[in-house]
Amino acid sequence: MSNEVTVRNYILENYLFTDDQSALSNDSSLLDEGILDSTGILELVVFLEDEFGIKVDDHEMVPENLDSVNSILKYISNKSSQ
Amino acid sequence: MNIELGDQIIQPEINRLLGDSLLVAERKHPAKLVASTAEGEFTYRELLQYAVALANALQLQGIERGDRVAIYMDNSWPAIYSLYGVILAGGVFVMINPQTKADKLAYILDDSDAKVLLTNSHLKDNFLPILKHATKLTGVFYSGETIQASAKNISIKHLDSALGNASAGNIFSTSIPTDLASLVYTSGSTGAPKGVMHTHQSMLFALNSLVEYLRLSSNDKILNILPFAFDYGLYQLLMTVHLGATLVLEKSFVFPAPVFKRMLENEVTVFPGVPTIFSMFLASHGRNKLHFPSVTRVTNTAAALPADFIPNLKDIFPNALIYKMYGLTECKRVCYLEPELIDQHPQSVGKAIPGTEVFLLSAAGEPVAPGDAGILHVRGPHIMLGYWKQEELSNKMLKGDIYPNQSILCTHDWFKMDDNGLLYFIGRSDDIIKTRGEKVSPVEVENVLHGLKGIKDAAVIGVVDETLGQSIKAFVSLEENGSLNDMQIKKWCATNLENHMVPKEIVVLPELPKSANGKIDKKQLA
Repeated sequence: MSNEVTVRNYILENYLFTDDQSALSNDSSLLDEGILDSTGILELVVFLEDEFGIKVDDHEMVPENLDSVNSILKYISNKSSQ
Repeated sequence: MNIELGDQIIQPEINRLLGDSLLVAERKHPAKLVASTAEGEFTYRELLQYAVALANALQLQGIERGDRVAIYMDNSWPAIYSLYGVILAGGVFVMINPQTKADKLAYILDDSDAKVLLTNSHLKDNFLPILKHATKLTGVFYSGETIQASAKNISIKHLDSALGNASAGNIFSTSIPTDLASLVYTSGSTGAPKGVMHTHQSMLFALNSLVEYLRLSSNDKILNILPFAFDYGLYQLLMTVHLGATLVLEKSFVFPAPVFKRMLENEVTVFPGVPTIFSMFLASHGRNKLHFPSVTRVTNTAAALPADFIPNLKDIFPNALIYKMYGLTECKRVCYLEPELIDQHPQSVGKAIPGTEVFLLSAAGEPVAPGDAGILHVRGPHIMLGYWKQEELSNKMLKGDIYPNQSILCTHDWFKMDDNGLLYFIGRSDDIIKTRGEKVSPVEVENVLHGLKGIKDAAVIGVVDETLGQSIKAFVSLEENGSLNDMQIKKWCATNLENHMVPKEIVVLPELPKSANGKIDKKQLA
């Protein structure tokens, strides 16, 4: 599975409770759409760490890295290439 | 935006109305920062300009003294000036959590008879579909991106254009202190949210009491990450303006790192939180040490602060007094523990806030001996007028037979009081769930579950959760041939309930256990 599919499916299943791909666009803000809340973000971080073998530092928990599917994918690819 | 102020704005010498706080503070220091927000930094002069322009726009839209205006926005600059605009126009503000979904939004707008909705374009998927049934609304003013939409008999306008069209200058509100100032909708044991009615007088009294025991001044910089629809968040704004202090506003605590950064950059002095937020602070502190030396007051309410949090909180906030508090929307706040006593009495929530008193009565209404459990009753000018249009429910909370000719608030919570008069929370006398510091009515969640085709029975309970306090667990049984799975059920909940009300866990059972009289027996599920 590509990273995109993995991340999308996780968000769809765990926050939107659906497998309908049209429910989530890659550039929509997870915060503005009400998809992520303060406990949701911690679960997302644990998922990314487990799934992609990365360590998310506290200072990286910012909207630029985690607020949309696209920003998450970019963040993962930057982290993995470090 | 450049808004001219008229020269005849009435400048009160004393604070009688909520809006007077702003008029007085602006006169004292017009150029001082009132709020630092994602939309920018704003002075007291700017807040007054925006609020007066909005008040004028609302009056042009037909808002008269006592009319309700709903504010359905996230924590933002428009939410701040909207509140004061409504108040200066003589209106009653109804704060609605931006996470509220369409059905509940429609319910609150209808129940409160709101004439105008102030909102943000990013919430349009929730508010546009309900406008055709919103027969009492005459106007929707929104911030953010331009929306192309129309609705019969409702004027939908961008806030900028509403403000721009309003005549600059004077506002004439004839409100008096016993007029209604706000409705705060809160979950109740009956399921439908109900509007807690507070007057200018009750809110100003509570404000002064809070400011006194929290030892706040105009030099304070108050951080707020709590929603304005939650009275704990709302009062951070009201206290700021009342003091002539500065509010550092964040939309939420979803991304902790930027919040930490702003706390340091702005040298925040007051940090209000709930246990869920503090547990995230502690988790973060465990990985990388946190250190906020500028903070001198940390406050907790909504749920008990675990005693074992306190040493680490003192580590994170080395110069802060830590306040444990307890309250309910019906009187804003009941009690607080003097911060100097926290090590000696870490389990206590202290004594009544200044200017008020509390006492414990048995279920039969008799006084109880020190150390015995009793139901907490509250007396003072801070208690609500009642629930909006809910006389029966109001009478369950406000007792008229204890003191002659005055209402006493019965919290329905069990407490005990020690020899020093310090209060200890024991438990609730109803089945309301407290999760992330917010009250959730099991009936409200059950009603939503029942609304899903295929569900026969539903029962919702709270289970102990380390981070959330309680988490919501739902048990359902299905109609014959029903084939719902837990994901479908959660999706239904997520589209009809605020995030914190969506069950964490759904258990599908063939039948729910029933008691002899045929009611679902929740004790067997716990």
